[in-house]
Amino acid sequence: MNDIQGRDLEQTPLNALHRERGATMVPVAGYEMPGRYQGIIAEHLHTRENAALFDVSHMGQVILRGEDVAAALETLVPGDFQELPVGKTRYTVLTNDRGGIIDDLMVTHGGDHLFVVLNAACKEKDLAHFEAHIGGRCKIEVLSDRALLALQGPAAVDVLARLAPPCRHMLFMTGATLTLADVPCFVIRSGYTGEDGFEISVPAEEAERLARLLLDEPEVRPAGFGARDSLRLEAGFCLYGNDIDETTTPVEAALSWAIGKRRRAEGGFPGAAVIVRQLAEGVERKRVGLRAEGKIPARAHAPITESDGAEGGPVIGEVTSGGYGPTVGGPVAMGYVKAERARADTPVSLMVRGKALAARVAKLPFVEHRYFKR
Amino acid sequence: MAIVKYTKEHEWIRVEDGVGVVGITEYAQEQLGDIVYVELPEVGAGMTQGAEAAVVESVKAASEVYAPVGGEVTEVNQNLADNPGTVNTDAMGEGWFFKMKIADTGEVARLMDGVDYQEYVESLS
Repeated sequence: MNDIQGRDLEQTPLNALHRERGATMVPVAGYEMPGRYQGIIAEHLHTRENAALFDVSHMGQVILRGEDVAAALETLVPGDFQELPVGKTRYTVLTNDRGGIIDDLMVTHGGDHLFVVLNAACKEKDLAHFEAHIGGRCKIEVLSDRALLALQGPAAVDVLARLAPPCRHMLFMTGATLTLADVPCFVIRSGYTGEDGFEISVPAEEAERLARLLLDEPEVRPAGFGARDSLRLEAGFCLYGNDIDETTTPVEAALSWAIGKRRRAEGGFPGAAVIVRQLAEGVERKRVGLRAEGKIPARAHAPITESDGAEGGPVIGEVTSGGYGPTVGGPVAMGYVKAERARADTPVSLMVRGKALAARVAKLPFVEHRYFKR
Repeated sequence: MAIVKYTKEHEWIRVEDGVGVVGITEYAQEQLGDIVYVELPEVGAGMTQGAEAAVVESVKAASEVYAPVGGEVTEVNQNLADNPGTVNTDAMGEGWFFKMKIADTGEVARLMDGVDYQEYVESLS
């Protein structure tokens, strides 16, 4: 299988298992990944009701190690990491000098190191960025011999607890080493679906055995990238490359919550001048949720206009992700609109095949997050 | 007697007495996955062979459906408005899209028959 540029696709350690389970394989960021098994809607709904296993081994797993590794990382991101307690996970973004987003990532304090999970499509770029800017201050270890499994859904904890009872005590956005079927794995209670669940970093050679054990549990079905995308869209999460990129700042992307309080005051990250100014003075455009009336989904790049008339009014933005939300039971989208049009319930139009679909700015997420918090 | 013909774009047309019923093939629905919306042409619309006639929205993407032959739309499948998934469950039957009065039966004759289409689909995998 090749990607659209005709390059050979890489495979994850679970490739054979996906095929055995009847997956339709699709190219994802240079990897051959399962698009779907039974069908996107069934997999999506099963994840929200029960538990689903996703292979996300294409993502980059990196360990940063060093005397002042948290301070070093802070020179590249606007998040607080010097204050991050051991065992806690935090979402952050790598910013460029214009305040744009180079990648979004999850960072867990592993005691004597930081464990970082990067987007597959950004791995090489991010590693070069780390090497160039903090390579002298910390050791960058790429865990290319590990797979990453995401067990997601309300039943995920019951399933995982059969292999490792202590996982019940982990809170949302914490990480710990758990022994699963005699294999030490690094497990983070988090995910990309809005549901409770775990991401499991497992040695590549044990990945298939662990995946089979999890899939043998009655609650668990495999799910592919189609469902992963519809789940994250309903959960209001950004997809790098669609909803955020090097031209969008975290303030525009409605990710200001990920900018630490101390960091706002101190700066010291790329693009701090732009971002701090935007926090104080506001932005011209803002990422919002969009709910259209009717059944027609508006997809990425559909223009967003003022809500007057069948041809739509003046353009005020663009959809960046859109499709059918199986839990919502209708079309859902997100995109950027002029800041003065960003308030929830503002009427807008989404232009699809030359027709204006009546829509409203909607609060994100579309489906409430259901995490395990204290 | 009805004959069924196929296009390379995976539409089928079943022709009886100069009227064609058009839909997408089993292969097409399988490739698309769960269908959540079908945009149908207007009754009375005239179209030439290969013109964009309908749009199928799956969870992931929108795909065009082309007129397998030229003609005029005489009826559309209203049931698809509320039950677009019928295209998944019965692509060749209840999941039909529209009926058309065929302008030139010669265009029908030049489409693939079932055996040729099957070979064509096998050549794609």
